[in-house]
Amino acid sequence: MTKITIDEVKHVANLARLGITDEEAEKFAEQLGAIITFAEQLNELDTDNVEPTSHVLDMKNVMREDIAKPGLPVEEVLKNAPAHEYGQIKVPAIIE
Amino acid sequence: MSLFDHKVSDLHELLHKKEITVSDLVDESYKRIQEVDDKVQAFLTLDEERARETAKSLDNKIGTDESKGLLFGMPIGVKDNIVTKDLRTTCASKILENFDPIYNATVVDHLHKAETITIGKLNMDEFAMGSSNENSGFQKTFNPWNLEKVPGGSSGGSAAAVAAGEVPFSLGSDTGGSIRQPASFCGVVGLKPTYGRVSRFGLVAFASSLDQIGPITRNVEDNAYLLQAISGLDPMDSTSANVEVPNFVQALTGDVKGLRIAVPKEYLGEGVEEEVRQSVLDALKVLEKQGAVWEEVSLPHSKYALATYYLLSSSEASANLSRFDGVRYGYRSPNAETLIDLYKNTRAEGFGDEVKRRIMLGTFALSSGYYDAYYKKAQKARTLIKKDFEDVFEKYDVIVGPTTPTPAFSIGSKISDPLTMYINDILTIPVNLAGVPGISVPCGFSNGMPLGLQIIGKHFDESTVYRVAHAYEQATDYHKQKPAL
Repeated sequence: MTKITIDEVKHVANLARLGITDEEAEKFAEQLGAIITFAEQLNELDTDNVEPTSHVLDMKNVMREDIAKPGLPVEEVLKNAPAHEYGQIKVPAIIE
Repeated sequence: MSLFDHKVSDLHELLHKKEITVSDLVDESYKRIQEVDDKVQAFLTLDEERARETAKSLDNKIGTDESKGLLFGMPIGVKDNIVTKDLRTTCASKILENFDPIYNATVVDHLHKAETITIGKLNMDEFAMGSSNENSGFQKTFNPWNLEKVPGGSSGGSAAAVAAGEVPFSLGSDTGGSIRQPASFCGVVGLKPTYGRVSRFGLVAFASSLDQIGPITRNVEDNAYLLQAISGLDPMDSTSANVEVPNFVQALTGDVKGLRIAVPKEYLGEGVEEEVRQSVLDALKVLEKQGAVWEEVSLPHSKYALATYYLLSSSEASANLSRFDGVRYGYRSPNAETLIDLYKNTRAEGFGDEVKRRIMLGTFALSSGYYDAYYKKAQKARTLIKKDFEDVFEKYDVIVGPTTPTPAFSIGSKISDPLTMYINDILTIPVNLAGVPGISVPCGFSNGMPLGLQIIGKHFDESTVYRVAHAYEQATDYHKQKPAL
């Protein structure tokens, strides 16, 4: 079984910007270990000459006419913002 | 007898003969919700006042050209991950508890154009991650056939509401079986269209390369009408396909003579309950009698689908759900001094367990050092799984099997082990990975719980899927059974 350490879990949680408690880190280490072990059965497959599929349909880029359209009104955009001031979304300080 | 025992085309006729009004239909919905929804708990939000007003204005249009559309005046329920302007859309997550969308999903615009009436928003597993609705951030939905069983998921509310007669039909979404599995568990008809058939604009993204919106209905004909209304190219969704939309209802000929059916041995093997297996064999006999022929085939990479799916869908989800950061909309943690803490605390407090687990799995699979071993490997496995389907479809018109290995399970019985829960989707997931269409239609009962027959077709060949489903439905009456409630 692939072991995922608590430090690895904390590293991944940080990458995902997800706050987790020590208890959760322990639980996730165990559960992710089990899921990853299960997923490693894919190693039975010889995929050396197989192209990856990111998208099932054969699609090509479609370009639309570059015509300006009105954007969303500021009031609408701010309607769901948890905090705003002077028509802008407010967040805690980014720089000390 | 409920009005919703009629198929939609009959309701349409009743409306135009003035035997009923649109307001009657809307009344029927809210009356039934009043009667049973405290038991079933399918709805998260009702839009009663607006629905009743709309019904009145539509009643004034009866008889005019504007009322000719078949879906005119029909009440509908919408899964709560499909955004509806000025109607709360939560994805059953605390992080979106008070989210009030400022635009409509393209499918909702299509519904408005068809003049359906949105009754309310339906419960689901949080962000569509789950197979039982036990992962909803707000409430559990119960299976109308037995309130101790799950309705399935993630579109559990959408399937339960239709089965309970609260709405004649609903919209769900399907990433790994989330329409077909609850349709099977609740004894209703659910279709996942071909990837690209229906616009995903305004469907809150879970796994963008797999997600599709589709109809859940009481019968195949209604399903075809509803898919007709929501299909087609959308400039707002670059993955919606520029492919002609055929007339799906015209495909319902009842004729399956000479139709070639493939039955994958992997779909009737280990883990599939005997009664489920038997119901599929019985269904094949029905189709055989109608002139179809079937043979056993192999989809050799089926056993790798589950692992492939969880790596890919979780990876895509970890990227898609990064937008929920407490800045522009949704829940914001009050406990944060810095921006990074704001992100972390908001997400820690706003997301449920299963969502966190999948974000973690996806972030891990995409992280430096693991990308090739997990994410890219899964993308390659997906190619092999897709090729299995292509090979079979060279010789056969449809693939038939069960929708799920077992009927609906008891609430609480699988919640503690994520892997056991994931195994429910083993027969539906390959269809999403291949991007092909699949339907679940009622095909029997096991200990009073409904079973579903899955019919899978070629890319953009929903017509054949519907034709087979309809022919089978005509010869059986499973779809006419109703839960006692």
